[in-house]
Amino acid sequence: MSEVSVQQANDRETMLIHTPFHSRSSALNKLNSWENWKGFMVAHEYDDYELEYFAIRSQTGVMDLTPMTKYRITGPDAEAYLNRLVTRDVTKIKVGRVGYTVWCNSDGQVMDDGTIFHLAEDEYRLCSYTHCIDWLMWSAEGFDVEIVDETKQVAALAVQGPTSCSCLMAMGLEGIENLKPFGLTTFPFEGGELMVSRTGFTGDLGYELWVEPALAEALWDQLFAAGKQYLIRPFGLYALDMARKEAGFIQAAVDFVPAEDQVRVGRTRSPFEIGLGWLVDFNKPFFNGRKALLKEKENGSRYRFVMLDIEGNKPANNSFILNKKGKVIGTVTSAGWCPSAKANVAFGQVDAKYGEIGEELITEIYYERELHWTKVLAKSVVVKGPMYDPPRRRATPPAPF
Amino acid sequence: MKKYDAIVIGAGHNGLTNAAYLAKAGLDVLVLEMNSYIGGATVSRELHKDWKYTNCSYVCGLLRPEINRDLELPRHGLQVVPYGGGVTFMENGDYYGNFSDHNRQHREMARHSVRDANAYERYGADVTKQTRLIRKFLLRTPPDPASWKMSDIKEMMVLAKTVMDMKTDVNFGDTLKYWTKSVGDFLDEYFESDIIKAHLGGTGIIGTALGVYSPGTAYVLLHHYMGDVDGTAGAWGFTRGGMGAVANALASSFKSFGGEIRTDAKVKQIMVRNGKTTGVALEDGTEFYADIVVSNLEAKRTFLGIMDEKDLPEYVIERAKNFKSRGSSGKVNIALDGLPTFPALPKGTPLMAGDFHFTDSLTRMEKAYDDWKDGNFSRDPYVDTLIPTLTDPTMAPPGKHMMTCFVQYCPPKIQGREWTDADRDAFGQTVIDQVANYSPDFKDLILHAEVRTPREIEAEIGLTEGNIFQGELTFDQLFSNRPFPGYGQYRGPVKGMYMCGSSTHPGGGVMAAPGANAAREILIDLKRNNTVPEGYADD
Amino acid sequence: MTKSYDVVMVGGGHNGLICATYLAKAGRRVLVLEANEQLGGGAATREFHPGFSVSACAQWMYSLNPTIAKDLNLASHGLQYAAKNLHSIALAKDAKHVTITGEGGVEGVSAQDKAAYREFRRKMGKFSKLLDKLFTVRPPKVIENNWTDRINLLKIGLGVKLLGKADMYELLRLGLINMFDVMEETFDDELLKSLISFDGVLGAHMGPRSPGTVYGYLYRHMGDVYGFNGPALVKGGMGSVGVALANAATAAGVEIRSAARVKSIDLTAERASGVTLENGESISATLVVSNADPKTTFNNLVGRRNLETNTVRRVKNFRTKASAAKLHLALDGLPEFTGLSAGQVGNRLVIAPDMHHIERAFNCAKYGEFSTAPVLDISIATVHDKGLAPEGKHVLSAIVQFAPGQLKAGWTEATKNAFKELAINTIADYAPGIKELIIASELLTPADLEGEYNMTDGHWHHGDISLDQVVMMRPFPGSEQYGTPVDGLYLCGAGAHPGGNVMGLAGKNAANEIIKRGGSA
Repeated sequence: MSEVSVQQANDRETMLIHTPFHSRSSALNKLNSWENWKGFMVAHEYDDYELEYFAIRSQTGVMDLTPMTKYRITGPDAEAYLNRLVTRDVTKIKVGRVGYTVWCNSDGQVMDDGTIFHLAEDEYRLCSYTHCIDWLMWSAEGFDVEIVDETKQVAALAVQGPTSCSCLMAMGLEGIENLKPFGLTTFPFEGGELMVSRTGFTGDLGYELWVEPALAEALWDQLFAAGKQYLIRPFGLYALDMARKEAGFIQAAVDFVPAEDQVRVGRTRSPFEIGLGWLVDFNKPFFNGRKALLKEKENGSRYRFVMLDIEGNKPANNSFILNKKGKVIGTVTSAGWCPSAKANVAFGQVDAKYGEIGEELITEIYYERELHWTKVLAKSVVVKGPMYDPPRRRATPPAPF
Repeated sequence: MKKYDAIVIGAGHNGLTNAAYLAKAGLDVLVLEMNSYIGGATVSRELHKDWKYTNCSYVCGLLRPEINRDLELPRHGLQVVPYGGGVTFMENGDYYGNFSDHNRQHREMARHSVRDANAYERYGADVTKQTRLIRKFLLRTPPDPASWKMSDIKEMMVLAKTVMDMKTDVNFGDTLKYWTKSVGDFLDEYFESDIIKAHLGGTGIIGTALGVYSPGTAYVLLHHYMGDVDGTAGAWGFTRGGMGAVANALASSFKSFGGEIRTDAKVKQIMVRNGKTTGVALEDGTEFYADIVVSNLEAKRTFLGIMDEKDLPEYVIERAKNFKSRGSSGKVNIALDGLPTFPALPKGTPLMAGDFHFTDSLTRMEKAYDDWKDGNFSRDPYVDTLIPTLTDPTMAPPGKHMMTCFVQYCPPKIQGREWTDADRDAFGQTVIDQVANYSPDFKDLILHAEVRTPREIEAEIGLTEGNIFQGELTFDQLFSNRPFPGYGQYRGPVKGMYMCGSSTHPGGGVMAAPGANAAREILIDLKRNNTVPEGYADD
Repeated sequence: MTKSYDVVMVGGGHNGLICATYLAKAGRRVLVLEANEQLGGGAATREFHPGFSVSACAQWMYSLNPTIAKDLNLASHGLQYAAKNLHSIALAKDAKHVTITGEGGVEGVSAQDKAAYREFRRKMGKFSKLLDKLFTVRPPKVIENNWTDRINLLKIGLGVKLLGKADMYELLRLGLINMFDVMEETFDDELLKSLISFDGVLGAHMGPRSPGTVYGYLYRHMGDVYGFNGPALVKGGMGSVGVALANAATAAGVEIRSAARVKSIDLTAERASGVTLENGESISATLVVSNADPKTTFNNLVGRRNLETNTVRRVKNFRTKASAAKLHLALDGLPEFTGLSAGQVGNRLVIAPDMHHIERAFNCAKYGEFSTAPVLDISIATVHDKGLAPEGKHVLSAIVQFAPGQLKAGWTEATKNAFKELAINTIADYAPGIKELIIASELLTPADLEGEYNMTDGHWHHGDISLDQVVMMRPFPGSEQYGTPVDGLYLCGAGAHPGGNVMGLAGKNAANEIIKRGGSA
């Protein structure tokens, strides 16, 4: 008996980790369909990914965001530190604001993308895809900052969809309707504090809620109680992936290789090459990758990020991208059907000579029907913005529904 | 007396590989083995009734997959089963467990240091980068840099292209750094926690007469990461039935091409007439004739043992005398009445199926090396322990177990004098005590133990001074320099005489690459159809 | 006051002065800023007791590049030798000393060893000549190369080919390995092996068994190509080198300010644009050249926040494990060494009984402890240079290994005294009456050397000379041709190729590179 409990205690430390919402999410996971997100157990799908997706677009969808890698960065040099770390001008992210950014190595190649939350004077949270505290610590040499991995210490929910603001208002979060995109605010909650940011990865009106793990279940319960009339429902990672592609969001390790994890020379990309050149600010003080990026800006990039509107409805995963003469000029990194935009989208990497907005390219798609394979050379037009970008995403205050 | 096309001296895995490729090309090949069993250091032996000891080499990971497929070894009975797990015990009662699942490993590492768990991602990428470079050259013949021959210039160009493919001098400089620094310095650059460095650092010294802080040991670490099992780079596995199964499969493959093996046939001399080999003479006086004689023996034994000094250039004798083949390790193989318990570990943990270590810091490893330098076996040895019977049920009766302990460091001589039985027993006891420190019931479960110091290893399977790699993996003895500069292309100093053992490029470990590379060169010289795989197919 | 220069040199060590002089000769307006009163950096004379002076850091001159001495006309600027071509004598307790003579021979060993030594020197001499080709140019880039690199590579490649097959094989075999194995296969006499191998580990965090020590030996013996047959003593101590170099520099038009410690290297738009002194004064310049070691330059002067994280990491990983301390004794008379005549004690005396002994001495340093049985390189300069001590008195200076810069127990008065006693007792084993002669004594640990001469961890070479930190890897990839990741900032000290010792090539090569890049590159 005692041996078993010792084993459990030991195993538990290395098992797939349950998030603080597990009691709630597992009760609702009718399919028992889970995914491993950086070592945490999160729903892949609760009962029907399509309905989950449409909750994001038509009602309110809730996703367990706890596994998001979170670092707390504090100290007198926190701002200077972050400003040297990332490509954006961090001094422009005021207290109470959130900024999306990328960070690079000395070759100007993207290591990761993520968000910086300016929580208070000299206090930030950095959310990333990769586990990168080693890089953050190396970068901290010579700065008076403290960096703590607080992934497990902060429970988080994404609350996304047209009725999300209504849900939060119904929950009693007074004034939430005035929170602007990329703003953050706090509310007293069950003797603790609830932080709400108007951020998300779905491209819709939405919020992210952050609390200490002890309050996680209460948060879930109150949110779902308040949101019942607004048709709140949980969604899994599958629905999120559909939404992010439709919204034009790239993902680390899918749409680019994190730079310092590269094995083969030349497989990484600069911010300019993944469509995030707008995040590079040469008018701010020194930052990692600056010299290389300036050089690239002068001499031109090797690759170009394209968002393709592909004719037909066959998903273009793992496809080659051809020019009109049929020459391979790149590959697709993410692809999928956009249920709201009713479009067939793909993100791709092409030779920088190609991929001007409006250019017509060809995507080589293979698909199978009853063991019968068909190859299509689908006309694909390079488009500028995301496939789906509803005005409610930015409206403050948002319309009730 | 019948004349063969080729005679291979020594039925180690490289000898057999070489013979198999020659036979495959249509040659009439004879393999001569001094022992009554084949395999050399790739062997499984029943030294205690019903227990099979894989008593020299003990795990399989470096065996080139191209050779495995090409010689159809699975069809000849070779089954390589990857094993998971692995653990390093700590003096404070804790442990570091090595899980094969990436995420689980990350969490276990984070238990010791979050920073190190993160850094491991970068470390993994960097190690893979370097091993990919080396892997490309395993199944290639090194060029002779002093030669102007077309084939050498072509091979130098392959090298040059590999360098140019690195694209920047920073990448090139980093590669040179990895190949010249010590494994200790290498790990210090990534990790902060002693236990994680110690767990990773062991492979930098295995089989090597150097310490973790000796420059060049980072290369030894890379050498151990070069293998792959089923496409998983750096993975290791057991061969079902012990390492002898590798030799058996190679022998079976060889025989399927019409080859012949004679055991209990100890070669006394390679016969040379008019600067050409004519065959070999055995200790019992029997002679066998062939125009091609290939030695699978270590370089010292080949040139100073079974060749006549008058047949050799002075340079070769001089180099052979100074060829470094110092043993640095020993082996203890143990028959166990049951599975020992390790109270630090959770019961039933999968970690037991992997290799155990009891050295929890690089400092302890380095101190173990200091003992070797002083001519002693390590008082606090680094032990690489496995219980193959947790993965392979064929090695012991049901419910019983076999444990294999590879021990570092163990000198070829004790304080400059020969080993005695008392020394050997003291050495065995030190190892058993090291394991018993972490397993209270271990000693009571021991039914039989075989202790092998360099003395036994040399006496039984002919590895000079007990060096498991047939010569140390130091810069002066690698690539074109292996075994000696000017003789790095498998050809001996006498026409018709070749070398195919681990004394040649790319060196030790059950890789079979030296044997295959030597066969390629022989077939080129014979202008025969050459089917030996070359290069590496990975992208 | 703000004044503008073409080049401002941070540090007036020998490499800095040499670099500055070459730049001035090429028409640049150069200002040298030295933190100490005395110029020369590690080439320093120190009065450690009233009337008693020693060469405080480097004590022998054995590899100054002759082209530099000639170009800078150092002889006319006051560089004089008190003695040249001294013997190296390995002391034996039984007085059966082994001597490597200034003529390149060896005494006190068998005829076989004598012959082996001649052959060893012949081979090593050829390798040193080849190294000279590599040392006198910037480290060639192999991939992103231009014609200069290609020509240099070709010259070196040709040099390798010209060694002939046999010696080329020997170079490939020996170049990267350890002294221990080479000694074992070459010589019989234990003391001779020890004496030779000691040269491979002097100033290094290595023992004779450490791979790469053959390179260390060759490095130490560059002087064999530069006209030194054994160590030499500079008249007035090594500080005279600094004086002569400063004279040469001044004559070439270099402006020198001593006691002017640089606080920071200033950047304008990420480009080095000048320096600020500790007193707050700012000096602007088109280029900044640093003779300071890489860690000091990047971490303290440029500041890590102005560098890429990758660079910060490389700088941190640059190893500076100093392991040598200096012992200075003021003596009431000339000490007597068993078996040595009074005339012989002025040679280089080595206490390193056998290679195992050196190796064990090094073992301690690996674990952050000082050697319990140290090895010593002793110089009694007053035999040749009376001016260093009052009439009839003498000074003894000794390099004592191994003494880690980062002593685990910390360098306190107690640990310092303990190590000093150990060193003195070790000498007394060979010079029994010496203790009675001691008037004053001091031990400079690496920590003291760091404080006195502004070298990180008190490392003579500014960083370990081990195979992963030489040529294009010195100080680290990405900062290998004297230029650095910071535009407008160059390195010219021992932390750059080819490294330390009073050789001067880092300074000269850096100057060449700056001149070659022209203008404001």
